[in-house]
Amino acid sequence: MTMSTYLEAGRRAVIEEMERDASVWALGEDLGRGGVFGQYKGLQEMFGTGRIADTPISEACIMGAAVGAAMTGTRPIVEMRFSDFALCAVDELVNQAAKARFMFGGQMRVPLVVREPVGMWRSSAAQHSQSLESWYTHIPGLVVVAPSTPADNLGLLKAAIRCDDPVVYMEHKNLWGLEGELPEGDHMVPLGKADIAREGRDVTLVTWSGMRQGCLKAAETLASDGIEAEVIDLRTLWPWDRDAVMASVEKTGRLLVVHEAVTVSGFGAEIAASVAEALHFRLKAPVSRLGAPRIPVAYAPTMEDEARVSPARIVAAVRKTMQPAEVS
Amino acid sequence: MTEGPGLRRDNFDWERFLELLGLMHRIRAFEEEAIAGQKEGLVLGAIHPSIGQEAVAAGVCGNLETADLMLSTHRGHGHTLAKGADGLAMMRELFGRKGGTCGGKGGSMHIADFGVGMLGANGVVGANIPIATGAAHALKLQGSRQIVTCIFGDGAVNRGPFMEGLNWARVFDLPVLFVCEDNNFSATTRTREMTGGAGAGARAESLGIETTEVDGNDLTAVDAAARAAIDAVRAGQGPRFLTCHTYRMTGHTSVDPAAYRPAQEVEEWRGNDPIARLEVALRMAGIEDAQLTELHRSEAAAMAEIARTARETDWPEAAGAFTDVQDVGDPRERAY
Ligand SMILES: Cc1ncc(C[n+]2csc(CCOP(=O)(O)OP(=O)(O)O)c2C)c(N)n1
Repeated sequence: MTMSTYLEAGRRAVIEEMERDASVWALGEDLGRGGVFGQYKGLQEMFGTGRIADTPISEACIMGAAVGAAMTGTRPIVEMRFSDFALCAVDELVNQAAKARFMFGGQMRVPLVVREPVGMWRSSAAQHSQSLESWYTHIPGLVVVAPSTPADNLGLLKAAIRCDDPVVYMEHKNLWGLEGELPEGDHMVPLGKADIAREGRDVTLVTWSGMRQGCLKAAETLASDGIEAEVIDLRTLWPWDRDAVMASVEKTGRLLVVHEAVTVSGFGAEIAASVAEALHFRLKAPVSRLGAPRIPVAYAPTMEDEARVSPARIVAAVRKTMQPAEVS
Repeated sequence: MTEGPGLRRDNFDWERFLELLGLMHRIRAFEEEAIAGQKEGLVLGAIHPSIGQEAVAAGVCGNLETADLMLSTHRGHGHTLAKGADGLAMMRELFGRKGGTCGGKGGSMHIADFGVGMLGANGVVGANIPIATGAAHALKLQGSRQIVTCIFGDGAVNRGPFMEGLNWARVFDLPVLFVCEDNNFSATTRTREMTGGAGAGARAESLGIETTEVDGNDLTAVDAAARAAIDAVRAGQGPRFLTCHTYRMTGHTSVDPAAYRPAQEVEEWRGNDPIARLEVALRMAGIEDAQLTELHRSEAAAMAEIARTARETDWPEAAGAFTDVQDVGDPRERAY
């Protein structure tokens, strides 16, 4: 085991996969100077300008070129800088990458990974703070990953690079500096497998990305009141680990899905509906969701915090779920 | 800089240039206060200073009327001040306080002041180009004499919307001046290395748009070129394109040490400071040193006062987070 940051773990994943497989390469703006957060620091020196490619500010072409290159025997890692700018390349991802294999009758695949950092950070306002993961879970053909620990960022990014499907890989900007232990060797985390971050008998919290930490903090507070929350970090949103979630809710009888994204049409809705459909008669309380209100993220901290899902809000939502059901 | 025929006092519009020098000092003082404010934790998000590029803001926007429209970028403090926005409101916006240009909702990268025709900075590179084109389209439909100016960086010319917006403006013969503020860099990348052909102006010309290139650190040159282009646009001659060659004296953001640039290059450009150059020209035109020093001092003092006032301003109410989202389906009616 070695200690590492979430950022450094992602960097190690890229290095290991590029060393293992000569067809892996990365493209994006400013990669030659290490990328905007330093995720690619030193990589151009290691692998050359061909495999760590600086690009113009041309998101549509970065994504589109990666689609073409993925169809032509390479495995591109597409760096989009902020998930907000990936919106400049949605046609290339959604109409092209996600559909090509199907439309063309399975003649080829599009093995690319789109790294697009998400989430709220310090006062970054409405165009640099979004969490849009649910959009991509809606698109057939895409795999969607949202790691929340250094070890998972290592193992999942490696798995994403080896995956033959297009993978939308969403790292959380607020987690770059998070430290944790990394296993030695070729550490792989399977796509589609959740992590039980904390065991508990009373209520199931399903979460991912930046909210794992908040849920664990909330669970500690709740434990001091005798409420034992089980925290499930989905890690992969499509495909999501249905078995792990259902098994947990069968045990606890209560579900709260917690995510940073806007609650409305967030991925929590999919999980809540699935659990309600499958476990209706086992539930001790209605399924529930906690996310951001349907507002853009503001700059000033007083207003920005209104969009932030804090541990205190998670605790309050769990307490509500724990109350005896009201008959209305 | 050599003494040209335009620099003799008799045919040198020194009153106007003194005013523009004051504006450049104001812009620089604003950004110096903002950088200091960021170090103190008063400025909350990223800021992209335009120190060294003030002649572009002053020379272009100094030729616009208040009713004219202007769209800017993430590096837009200078353009916004030059278009006439209130420095105190802008500083409050950067500090996330009440009375900020956008009520504290936007911050540095999203400053807009529609009251002076400033239709917004933008967090998305190149996104202002089609919007500016559309604003010009509306002005033409309305038969207005106003024009639109759209300022963007050299990096933006590699995005698709650049081509789409310029072509549109030509096809519909719109009243818009495109200004490429070429500071050589796109974040940490030298734009030249990522740009095919002869760059921004050549692309504009290939779309049939008349183009001018100027030394963007020479206020008098920017001023003259901008005036000619703006006159042509206002006369209904369709879009014009102006490239201003300049240099970003700071890093991409105020916290970027910009170690990817040779120190000697930075030094050379420091010797090409647009403020110092205009001062030389004004001195040659006979303006006294004392007057120049006083102009600098008064602008810096006024901006220090603005920063003091801004830091003492209250935070905006949290409830503002829910206002101005939309009318139909207003989040305040059924929050979540
Ligand atoms: C579509 C998009 N891609 C990437 C970014 C990140 N980004 C912000 S500023 C910048 C560099 C822009 O360079 P340029 O247009 O020359 O303007 P300058 O910063 O030099 O003023 C980049 C890549 C962005 N904001 N929008």
